[in-house]
Amino acid sequence: MIKNNARRLFLLIFFLGPAVLIYTIFSVYPLIATMSLSTFTADGSGVRHFVGLDNYLVLILDKDWREPFWNAFLNNILFFIIHMLVQNPIGIAIAGLLSLPNLKFRATYRTLIFTPTMLSVVIIGFSWNLILSPLWGISEGFLKFFGLGILFKPWLGLEGSALITIGLISVWQFVGIPLMLIYAALLNVPSELVDAARIDGLSHLRIFFSVKLPLIAPTIGLVSILTFVGNFNAFDLVYSIKGALAGPNFSTDLLGTFFYRTFFGNQLQLGSPTMGATIATSMFLIILIGVCIYLYGIQRRLERHSF
Amino acid sequence: MGKLRLLKIALAATTLAATMAAAHAGNLKIESWRNDDADIWNSKIIPAFNKSHPDIKVEFAPTAPKEYNAALNARLAGGTAGDLITCRPFDASLELFNKGNLTALNDLKGMANFSDVAKSAWTTDDGKTTFCLPMASVIHGFMYNKDALKKVGASEPKTMEEFYALLEKLKKDGTYVPLVLGTADQWESATMGFQNIGPNYWKGEEGRNALIKGTQKLTDAPYVATFKELAKWGPYLGSGYQAQTYPDSQNLFSLGKAAIYAAGSWDISTFRTQGNIPLGAFKAPPPAGQSDCYISDHTDIGIGLNAASKNAADARVFLDWMATSEFAEIFANSLPGFFPLSNARITVKDDVAATFLSWRGECKSTIRNSYQILSRGTPNLENELWNVSAQVINGKMSPEDATKQLQAGLAKWYKPQQ
Repeated sequence: MIKNNARRLFLLIFFLGPAVLIYTIFSVYPLIATMSLSTFTADGSGVRHFVGLDNYLVLILDKDWREPFWNAFLNNILFFIIHMLVQNPIGIAIAGLLSLPNLKFRATYRTLIFTPTMLSVVIIGFSWNLILSPLWGISEGFLKFFGLGILFKPWLGLEGSALITIGLISVWQFVGIPLMLIYAALLNVPSELVDAARIDGLSHLRIFFSVKLPLIAPTIGLVSILTFVGNFNAFDLVYSIKGALAGPNFSTDLLGTFFYRTFFGNQLQLGSPTMGATIATSMFLIILIGVCIYLYGIQRRLERHSF
Repeated sequence: MGKLRLLKIALAATTLAATMAAAHAGNLKIESWRNDDADIWNSKIIPAFNKSHPDIKVEFAPTAPKEYNAALNARLAGGTAGDLITCRPFDASLELFNKGNLTALNDLKGMANFSDVAKSAWTTDDGKTTFCLPMASVIHGFMYNKDALKKVGASEPKTMEEFYALLEKLKKDGTYVPLVLGTADQWESATMGFQNIGPNYWKGEEGRNALIKGTQKLTDAPYVATFKELAKWGPYLGSGYQAQTYPDSQNLFSLGKAAIYAAGSWDISTFRTQGNIPLGAFKAPPPAGQSDCYISDHTDIGIGLNAASKNAADARVFLDWMATSEFAEIFANSLPGFFPLSNARITVKDDVAATFLSWRGECKSTIRNSYQILSRGTPNLENELWNVSAQVINGKMSPEDATKQLQAGLAKWYKPQQ
C-alpha cells in the first residue's frame, strides 16, 4: 500500500511537475506579481508605496482615467462584435465549402486562406496601410474601375470608420483559425449521418445547417471564446497602424493600447508601471468574467453528441 | 596529442590576450533612437573621434524611435544598457536622473561650451544639476519645392496672409498638392502645425513662460488664433490627409508631387538622400503687421552617462570630445538639419540647413511650449495637443473647444493654472 502510494506520488510529480513548474514560472507568478504591483504607487524618486485598491478607485472614479478606460472597453466590445459577426461566419462558411466532397485544390485554398495568420502583424499593418492609402493605395482605383470611386474615403483616418476598418483587417488576418478548427470538426462528423440525410433527399445546404452545424456547436463555442480572449488582448495591429495614441480622437483605442500607453508612456507621458498593472489586472478580470459567463452560461447547455 | 595540446594552449593564450587588450582599450556603447543616423556615426563621427583617441572603441547601437524609451528603461533596469545614453529632452531624462540611472555632469569640462538655454532641457528644476550634454536642436519652418513656386510665379510668403494667397494660387494651378501634412500620426499636426506657427502668436519664450507661471491660459487669444490658422489648412492638404501618415507626407514631398511641406529641420537629410527636388525653406510667417518673429528652435537631443557604466572614464573623454567644435562641425554637416547647441561658431555647408540656421539671427528662438513641466500630469498635455491639433485640422473640433479641452486638462493637475 505504502509502496503503491509512493509510486503514485512519483507518477504525479513526473507527469504534472514540469507543466506546473512552467506554468507557475511563466504564467502564475507574473500574474500575481502584476496584481501585487497594481496595489502600489510610485513617488518622484521611483520609490513604491503600498496603497491598497486606490489605483482601482482612480481608474473607476477619476474622469481622466475613467473616460479613456470605458472608451477603450467599448471599442473593444465593438472590435469583438465585428469578429463575431464577420470573422466567425466567414470561417464557418469557408470550412463548410472546404469540406464539400469532390472539391478540387482543397489544400491550396486552405493554405492561401491560412497564410495571413502566419504573417507578421507589422507586415499586415504596413500592407493594408498601403492598400487603403488615399495617396498610393490601389483601393481607390479598384473602386473607380467599377464606377464606385465616390465611395472611397480615407477610412483609416476617419473617426467613424477607423476602428471598423482595423477590425476587418484583423478579421482578414485571423479568419484562418476558426476556419481550421471548424474544418477539423466538420471532418469528424460521421459520414453515415451525412449519407443518411442525403438518402432522405436533403440538399447540401440543408445538410450543412440541419445536420453538420448542430454537431459542431461545441467547436463554434470554443472559437467564440478564443475570439473573445484574443480580441480583449488585442494590441499589435492597432499599434502598428495607428501608433500608441490610437487616433483619431482615441477612436481606435483598445484596452491593449491604453495599457501600453500607461505602462510604457508616450512621447512626453512617462510610463507608470503601477497604473499599467492596474489596467492589466482589470483586463484580466474582464476576460475572466467573460470566460466564466461562457463556461457556466453557455458551454454547459451545449449538448455533446456521441456517435 | 602533445602537439594538439600545445596548439590549444597557444590558441587560448592569444584569445585571452586579445580579450584583455579589448577590455583595456575600453568599449563604449551608445544608446540612441536615431537609427536613421547609424551610417553617419559609423562612417564619420566615430572615425573622427578615433583619430585623436585610437584606443577607445565606440559602438553606436540605436533602437527604433517608437520603442526607444521603453527599451532603454528595460535595459537600464536589467543592467545591460550602454555606457552613453542619448537623452530625450526634459522629463523622460529627468526621470532617469532622479532614479539614479544618469550621472550628474556638472564637472564635465566641455559643459562650459553650452549656454543655459541649451542646457535647460537636461537640468533639474532648481537649475543646479545638468545631467546630459546638449547635442542638437531642430528648427521648425516650411520647406518648399522651388519648381512649384516658379510654376505659379510666387515668392516666399512673408506673412500669414501671403501664405494663404500662395496656397490658393497653388490650389488653382492644380499641378502640386499645395501643403503637405497628414493627420493620421497626430504628432505631425501638433509638432509641424501647432508648434511650428504658434510661437509667432504667443511670442515665443514670453508666452511659454507665462503658461508655466500661470499668468496666461491656453484659452487666451494667441492659442485660439493658432488653432484658427490650423483650421484653415484642410482644403489645401492632399486628398485623404486624414489617413496620411508621416512617411506618406515625406514621400509626397520628395517625389515632387507637393509644393510646401510643414517641416522640422531634421527632414532636410531625408530630402537630400531621397529624391532631388530643388529645395527651399521659409520660416513660419508671422501675421500681417507683426514685425517680430519667433521660431521653434527646439532642444531635442542630448547625451548622458549611464551611472552603471563600467567605463565611465572613457565615456567622459568621449563626452568632452562631443563638446568640441570639431564634433559640432562634423555633426552639423553630416546631419544637416540638426543644429549643434554649443557656442562654437560653425559653418553649415547645406544651403537649406544654413537657411534654417540663419533664422536664429533674425528671430527669437523658443522651444515647444508643452515640453517643460507642463506635460507631467494626467491628462498629459502633449498627448492632448496631438489629439486636438489633428481634430482641428480634420475639421472635427472648433479652435475654441480645442483650447478649452487643453486648458481644462492642464488646470486639473497644474497648480499655477488653477
